[in-house]
Amino acid sequence: MTEDDLDPNRRHFLAVATAVTGIVGVTAVAVPFISSLKPSARAQALGAPVEVPIGSLGPGEMIRVLWRGKLVFVLRRTEEMLSRLAANIENLRDPDSAEVEQQPDYAVNDTRSVRPEYLIVEGSCTHLGCAPLEDFDVRPAENWGGGFFCPCHGSKFDLAGRVFKGVPAPTNLRVPPHRFVRDDLILIGQDSGAA
Amino acid sequence: MAKIEVEVGKSKGGFMKWIDDRFPFTETMRYHVTEYYASKNFNFWYVFGVLAFVVLFIQLFTGIFLTMNYKPSAAEAFSSVEYIMRDVEWGWLIRYMHSTGSSFFFVVVYLHMFRAMLYGSYKKPRELIWIIGMLIFVVLMAEAFAGYLLPWGQMSYWGAQVIISLFGSIPWVGDALVEIIRGDYSISDITLNRFFALHVIALPLALIGLIFVHIVALHEVGSNNPDGIEIKSNKGADGVPLDGVAFHPYHTSKDLVAIIIFLIIFFSVVFFAPDMGGYFLEHANFEPANLTATPEHIAPVWYFTPFYAILRAVPDKLGGFILFGLSVVIPLFLPWLDRARVKSIRYRGWIYKSALSIFVVTFLVLGWLGTMPADPLYVLAARVFSVIYFAFFILMPYYTTIDKTKPVPDRVVYHG
Repeated sequence: MTEDDLDPNRRHFLAVATAVTGIVGVTAVAVPFISSLKPSARAQALGAPVEVPIGSLGPGEMIRVLWRGKLVFVLRRTEEMLSRLAANIENLRDPDSAEVEQQPDYAVNDTRSVRPEYLIVEGSCTHLGCAPLEDFDVRPAENWGGGFFCPCHGSKFDLAGRVFKGVPAPTNLRVPPHRFVRDDLILIGQDSGAA
Repeated sequence: MAKIEVEVGKSKGGFMKWIDDRFPFTETMRYHVTEYYASKNFNFWYVFGVLAFVVLFIQLFTGIFLTMNYKPSAAEAFSSVEYIMRDVEWGWLIRYMHSTGSSFFFVVVYLHMFRAMLYGSYKKPRELIWIIGMLIFVVLMAEAFAGYLLPWGQMSYWGAQVIISLFGSIPWVGDALVEIIRGDYSISDITLNRFFALHVIALPLALIGLIFVHIVALHEVGSNNPDGIEIKSNKGADGVPLDGVAFHPYHTSKDLVAIIIFLIIFFSVVFFAPDMGGYFLEHANFEPANLTATPEHIAPVWYFTPFYAILRAVPDKLGGFILFGLSVVIPLFLPWLDRARVKSIRYRGWIYKSALSIFVVTFLVLGWLGTMPADPLYVLAARVFSVIYFAFFILMPYYTTIDKTKPVPDRVVYHG
C-alpha cells in the first residue's frame, strides 16, 4: 500500500468510530463502579425504620435516637413550651414550613408535628451537619424562648426546629417520616403501612 | 582491534554498560542528578522541596507499618489505634511520626509555596510546575482529610461530617453526591472503609504520580533562583550554566545539612510535644466518635484553618462552599495574575513587598481565626481578612503593573 492508496475519509470514519466506541465503553464501565459507591443493600436494610417507645418520656424531656445512623431528637413539649412558639415568628426564616423538603406534609403546621406535644426532628444542623445542643432555658433578655443551638457555627432553632434569621443554617431542622403506632410508641423512618 | 564507540550517556563498559544498553540508567542519573545544574546562590528557602520529599518518605514508610495493625472498621478503628499506641512495640513512635509528619508536610509545603511567591518561581517559563504543584497541594489536602477520619475519634467524625456536608450545598446534585461520598445515609463504617482505601492507595498513588511530573517539568526548564535570573542564558564553553553547580554533589551536601536540622526539629516534636498543645492532635480526638453529640468546639487541624475561617465568614451555605473552594484554587492563577517584569522580590518595588507581607499576615490571622469559636467578633474579623486574602490575588494584575521594579543583573549575586 502506498500513500496514494490512503483514503482520508475512510481513515477519519475509523478514527471517529473508534473514539465513539471507546467513550461508550468507558461510560458503560463507569456505571458499575460509581454504583458500587452508593449505599449498599445492607446499608439500605440497616436504614430500616426504628421503633421508639415514648411511654416514659416526661413533659419537657428529650431523648436522642439513631435512625440510619442519623441523630433524631424526640422532645415532649410542655403546654408552656408550645405557647411560646408563636412569640418569635418574625425572627424566623421559614415559620410556615414552606420549604417542602424539610418535613412531610403532615408536619406542615404551627408545631411541625403530628401531635403538638411531640417534636420529632433530625438532630443534624442544616448548615453542615453538626448535632445542635438543646437550650431550653428561657432568656427574655436575649429574646430566647428556648430551642436548639449549633455549637459549630452558631445556628439557632426554636422549639419546633425552625431556623432563626441571620444564622448560617439555611432551612428548618428536617422532620423525618414517622408515625404513631400506639400512644406510647412511634415509628421513625416510615409513615404508612404496618410496622 | 575495533575502536570502541562510546555512546553519549552510556558507560564505557562492564556491568553498567550492560545495564545502559537496556535501560537509560547513566543517562537518567546525569540528566537529573550529577549534571542537573541549579543556581549556586540558593539560600535556605530552597531546601523545602527536598524536605517535602523527606516527609513524604516518612509518611509512606510509617504509613505502611501502621496499616499492619490498624483496622478500618467503625467498631475497631479507635481501639486499634490505642492498641498501636500501647501494645505494639514502638507503635507509639511509628504513629506519632505519622501524625507529626502530616503537620510537618504542610509546614514544609506552605514554606515551599511561599518561596515560589518570594522569587516568582511560578512565572514564565515555570507556570506548569506551579500548576502541578497546586494539584499536589489539593491532593495532599484530600489525603490529610481522609487520613484524619481513620482514628474514628470525635473530631475525626464531626470534622468529616462538616466537610462532607459542604458538598451537599451544591445545587441539584449535592445530596446524591454526599450519598456517594459516604456510601451511606450518614458517616458510618462504610465511609471509614472507603476513606481508608483513598488514604492508603488512591491518593498516595496520585500524589507520587504528580510529584514525578512536577520534577520532570522542573528539570526541563531548570530551577529558579533568589535573583529570578535564567542561568541557562549564560553558559560557559562546555555548555554548563556559569552560575550553576551540579545538583549532586553540591546541592545534595547542602540539603543534607537541612535534612539533619529538620529531623532534629521533627523528632523534638515527636518525642516531647506530639500533640502540640492540641494543634497537631486535637484533644477531642482522644474520645471515640459519638454519633449523638458534637464536641462543644469544632475546628479542623491547623493546616486547614485559614480556608475554614473563610468558609465560616460567609453567612450562606453555598456561598461559603464556593469561597472556600476559590480560596484554595485561586493561587493556581498566580502566573497570570502577576504582571511584574521581574521575578524576584529583590528587584520588586515597595508595593509588591507590602502586598506580600500583608498577605502573609492575613494567612496567619485567618489560620488563627479558624481555630477559634464562631463568636460574632471573630466572624467579623474573618470577613475582613477574607476580603484582604482575595484582594491580594484579584488586585495583583493592577498593583504589579504600577509597581516600580529595579533592574535585574545578568549574573546571580550574593546578598549573604
